[in-house]
Amino acid sequence: MKDQQDQPRDLDGNPVTPGLPMAMLAEVTHRCPLACPYCSNPVELVRAAGELPANDWGRVFREAAALGVLQVHISGGEPGARRDLAQIVAHARDAGLYVNLITSGIGITKARLQELDAAGVDHVQLSLQGIRPDMADRISGHPGSWDKKMGFADWVTEIGFPLTINAVVHRQNMERLPDMLELAERLGARRIEVATVQFHGWADLNRKALMPTREQAVFARQIVNDARIRLRGRMVIDYVPADHHAAYPKACMGGWGSIGLNVGPDGTVLPCHAAQSIKWMRFENVKERSLSDIWHLSDSFNAFRGTAWMPEPCQSCARKTVDFGGCRCQAMALAGDARATDPVCSLSPLHAEVVAAAEADAAADTAEFIYRRMSKGG
Amino acid sequence: MSHLIAPADIPYLPRGVRLAEDRVRGIRVLQAPERAMQLDPIGEAILTELDGTRSLATIASDLAARYNAPEDQIASDMRDFLTGLIERRMVFLKEAA
Repeated sequence: MKDQQDQPRDLDGNPVTPGLPMAMLAEVTHRCPLACPYCSNPVELVRAAGELPANDWGRVFREAAALGVLQVHISGGEPGARRDLAQIVAHARDAGLYVNLITSGIGITKARLQELDAAGVDHVQLSLQGIRPDMADRISGHPGSWDKKMGFADWVTEIGFPLTINAVVHRQNMERLPDMLELAERLGARRIEVATVQFHGWADLNRKALMPTREQAVFARQIVNDARIRLRGRMVIDYVPADHHAAYPKACMGGWGSIGLNVGPDGTVLPCHAAQSIKWMRFENVKERSLSDIWHLSDSFNAFRGTAWMPEPCQSCARKTVDFGGCRCQAMALAGDARATDPVCSLSPLHAEVVAAAEADAAADTAEFIYRRMSKGG
Repeated sequence: MSHLIAPADIPYLPRGVRLAEDRVRGIRVLQAPERAMQLDPIGEAILTELDGTRSLATIASDLAARYNAPEDQIASDMRDFLTGLIERRMVFLKEAA
């Protein structure tokens, strides 16, 4: 019999102390009418038959609220692909959670949006792939997407939901950032999230078509800084910069297993949406274990908690409690080792190599995408 | 940074922003799009007063009377606190009717 078997330990056996999660991302389906080549869903998608029923989501939301979660982000895929979405939303509100709906705006009619209003959606976040039909439809791989999105945005305003525009930027649309900000303002958005593509999964397959240049990264930063001053009190701008061009990595997820968790369509619980790219890690499922046990006791959530697991140069770095060594999935992808210092960090021994690769991809002469699709059927 | 609220403005919590109880941590929070903000007792006291009918000046005066505190100090604390929330689009303003 193991002693202290309830003591949570990191992947090296060092004791760790789990905190309480604030937010949960509920990816209720992987089905989506769009085919964005940087989709944050895993490359191996869950099919409709594997999706948790609405009542199971209800139980998960109640467990999440009891665990300390205050906000749920209902996303996908396209959450509107689920016919029982309003029921899922109602379960989340009944559990006492604040409900953010993250949608492409495609496939939700005005009548359904009213139904979602009645079910208790607090806030709508609408994704934007580009500006104008030509760019938006080509990037999303969905003809007509732009017009549908603009119609959807009007309904959001008419019903009165607070609106956030979620603009994903990369080499092929970064120059249009000023237009995206202007559009968000015109649509009456309270917030805009400008997120540079994160190169995991699908986006990693499309690095040569998506990697921004250093000049673009500098341009985007300047545009955001200027707009924050100009729009003070009118629109909030959250910005995720291109970290391949930064001196230090992003504080991914605010630290592994620290403040957030992600539940996939089939009930798999992940410390972050890209965590399945760490192939050796085993993830647990709400069908087999309570969310609380998974959060507090699972090997996956405890693996990179605290700072004791960190190698050098992180271990002796003053920033280890600022950026937590960066992103584990990026370390996996770029260093082949999930516990390595995030190679985008200027202190990583791999940094020069990573920057050279990013610059080579940024200079690639291709605009062609590998679109996100289910491998067969769906 | 300059203040974004004048004494005659009427501050209110817009749709999608609400006070809530965090039972697990035993605190009050302000729930808003993509953000849950922990409130201290002063923040909570200010936000509880936002009824969409009284101006900043009126609320400051009411709080001063209730807590027997200097009105100028309360108005100044309120301006700082509410400016931060207006910048985050968590508090809106309307003109006096």
